[in-house]
Amino acid sequence: MKVKGIFVGVVALAMAAAACGGGGGSSSKSKVFTVANIEPEHLIPGNTNDAYGLSVETALFDTLMTLDPQGKPVPQDAVSIDSSDQKVWTIKIKPGLTFHNGEPVTAQSYADAWNATADATNAWGNNYYLSTIDGYGDLNPDSGKPKTHTLKGLKVVDPQTLQVTLSQPFSQFPYVLSYIGTGPMPKAAFTDLKAYEQKPFGNGPFMMDGSWEHNRQINTKKFAGYKGPRPAKSDGVTFKTYASRDAAYTDLRAGNVDIDTQIPAAKVPEAKRLLGKRYLSVPSGTMDFLEFPLYDPAFKNPDLRKAISMAIDRQAIVNAVYNGVFKPTGSLLAPIVPGYRANACGESCTYNPQAAKQLYDKAGGFKGTLHLMFSNADPTYEQWMTDVANQLKQNLGIANITFDKVQASDYITKLTDHKATGPYRSNWTMDYPSPEDYLTPRCSNPTRSGYDGDPCEALIMKANAAKTPAEGQQLYQQAEDLILKDLPITPLWNWQDQAGYSSHIGGVQVDPYVSTLVHLDQVTVK
Amino acid sequence: MVPVLIGTTLLIYLAVFALPGDPIRTLGGDKPMPPAVYQALRHHYHLDEPLIVQYGQYLWGLLHGDFGETLNGQPVSDVMKTDWAVTARLAVTAWIFELVVGIGLGVWAGRRKGGVVDTLVLSGTTLVIAIPVFVLAYSAQLLFGLKLGWFPTAGTDDGWPYSYLLPGIVLGSASLAYIARLTRTSLVENFRADYVRTAVAKGLSRRRVLVRHTLRNSLVPVITYLGVDLGSLMAGTIVIEGIFNLPGIGGQIFTAIQIKDGPTVVGIATLLVLVYLFANLVVDILYGVLDPRIRYE
Repeated sequence: MKVKGIFVGVVALAMAAAACGGGGGSSSKSKVFTVANIEPEHLIPGNTNDAYGLSVETALFDTLMTLDPQGKPVPQDAVSIDSSDQKVWTIKIKPGLTFHNGEPVTAQSYADAWNATADATNAWGNNYYLSTIDGYGDLNPDSGKPKTHTLKGLKVVDPQTLQVTLSQPFSQFPYVLSYIGTGPMPKAAFTDLKAYEQKPFGNGPFMMDGSWEHNRQINTKKFAGYKGPRPAKSDGVTFKTYASRDAAYTDLRAGNVDIDTQIPAAKVPEAKRLLGKRYLSVPSGTMDFLEFPLYDPAFKNPDLRKAISMAIDRQAIVNAVYNGVFKPTGSLLAPIVPGYRANACGESCTYNPQAAKQLYDKAGGFKGTLHLMFSNADPTYEQWMTDVANQLKQNLGIANITFDKVQASDYITKLTDHKATGPYRSNWTMDYPSPEDYLTPRCSNPTRSGYDGDPCEALIMKANAAKTPAEGQQLYQQAEDLILKDLPITPLWNWQDQAGYSSHIGGVQVDPYVSTLVHLDQVTVK
Repeated sequence: MVPVLIGTTLLIYLAVFALPGDPIRTLGGDKPMPPAVYQALRHHYHLDEPLIVQYGQYLWGLLHGDFGETLNGQPVSDVMKTDWAVTARLAVTAWIFELVVGIGLGVWAGRRKGGVVDTLVLSGTTLVIAIPVFVLAYSAQLLFGLKLGWFPTAGTDDGWPYSYLLPGIVLGSASLAYIARLTRTSLVENFRADYVRTAVAKGLSRRRVLVRHTLRNSLVPVITYLGVDLGSLMAGTIVIEGIFNLPGIGGQIFTAIQIKDGPTVVGIATLLVLVYLFANLVVDILYGVLDPRIRYE
């Protein structure tokens, strides 16, 4: 009996240990809907640049500007934004707006948030986006501590007027103001930023309902005092956290989550069949590229780079690896960016094995072993690199090709340190739909590829200072043409987001310019 | 305990440090990170100091109950508090399942060697051992969660034990097969022992012989396995947690290693070591209870 007794004891103890701590979870079935998400990194606007954090902040925060369905910046919290020289911008803010804690939203709320974001001592993720504002350098010295903690270029004229002076003319500034990272912060936030991040008070149509439940969910409810342009039609939205896209999709199938904007490409045929009209394919701003290490003498010759680019059958790879949902591209910009030209790259990015081989031979071919580099963050990278390798073997006759699969934590370091062993996977996600957002990282020295970006950066600067949007667009296109002529990087394909929603909700308005792909405020619960 | 703790934290710390890559640059991803921000972050996480100083600071913090901060700026102790509970519940559910069902099946099969039940249990367990755990997990989720709706498909919304039943059963299934076989073999062997024959000859009931005399002795190897297995169950939850979307330490340590998030890896791994040690201690004590011959002086 002794044995049995101890056994029962152990089991009972184990069960007690398991039972304590309790699950909980929301059971209120009011008009609240759920969105599948992955654990955000941060929830302070100035510090949030991960897609999942931005999704939550879209519900919690309004910005000065927002993007209309054509991707043009239009006022959200602002009444107007004016500049005669693209350098000094005067922003008028709507009166009567409040934060979720009742504090009024004023010019000072924006100034405070931006000062904190631009301050290197805070080391926030969106620091860089404010680098165009005058005085940014003082807050971000190359060495040592910053001497000041306020941006010289910010002037609060009166509670409803903010004057921003940039260090250089920048016509795309209204786009930056549509980015959630430039959202305002209430005074209350600065007394304890750590506590604020667990329950941020924003100025958006939804407010936090309880604190951030890490790795579980983030509950929000409709903000009753909302006076902005997009009041919520539901009682709230809950962001459910998933460990993976697959897990989220399974839950969408089971009817446990209402919106999933991350359906894995491999599940698309099934999702189309099961969801019917409730399946959505939304154009995305994300691009995949193959970039060349120009610091390696082997890739100095532009003709060789062109030959490799022409030897890649983008459509075949997309069909094989991404179920045909991604779109092969010959442009450095995503199609949803105003100023995009289909196949701006021309023949250099068009699959043509014969011409590629000719060019390859003319360029003197490639000697030795060709290394293709990518990170182990996602299994599809290896899949498509394998296809690229096979096509290069077949079309160009490069006999020896090996893969350098790099630990995800080491990948970016290797690229920035110019330690790539060969052509490598490069990716860009959109911050705001301006050509400037896509082109600057390609040209601004030091570039990752080792490409001398001065000439194209000069064009971008000119475009930034352009008097009219049309003139600016023309100059951006010239910069894009220049890069595509030199081809330090070749565009491969443009992502598409695959979303689906449940039959419990209505008013699903798709918009590729919103991080959640769907206007959360418009969603109704049946 | 203390030397073990220092030793393991140091080893794990060194291992994380030896991982290639720069966590701060990974944090920035494809977006540009101004040098001033980069320096500030390195300083914040003490990465600008030599390894030994970093480790010293970590230990000093540990002494004050401070497990450090994740790269997202969350205290590691908070992460562990919530996530450990989930993993512990999952592991314990799996453990109870394999203990009860595994020993039960083993006894049932072992009572008559070569019988129908024995053959069924043997072939059944072979099948379970042969199937990779993720195949089992996806199939179980699809069939019992999605199609039949007997269990929640994913998540912890229904609390313990309901949300943990299906993942727990899948997680415990492989070990269950081993335990059933171990119990069975051990029983079969002991049935042939002289003392059993004596007991039967004395006219004791079959049930009493089985429970009081044979099973007790047969459980020694099973207990050893069970003890060690609780530790492995804890460590082996990564796949199951991912599929069933349970926010436990498995997924946490996986991402932490990927982004080289030192404090998180060290904190979680150290606690794993402690659990392992504790489980072994319990096993050692149970030995003495089960078999007086190995009772400690």
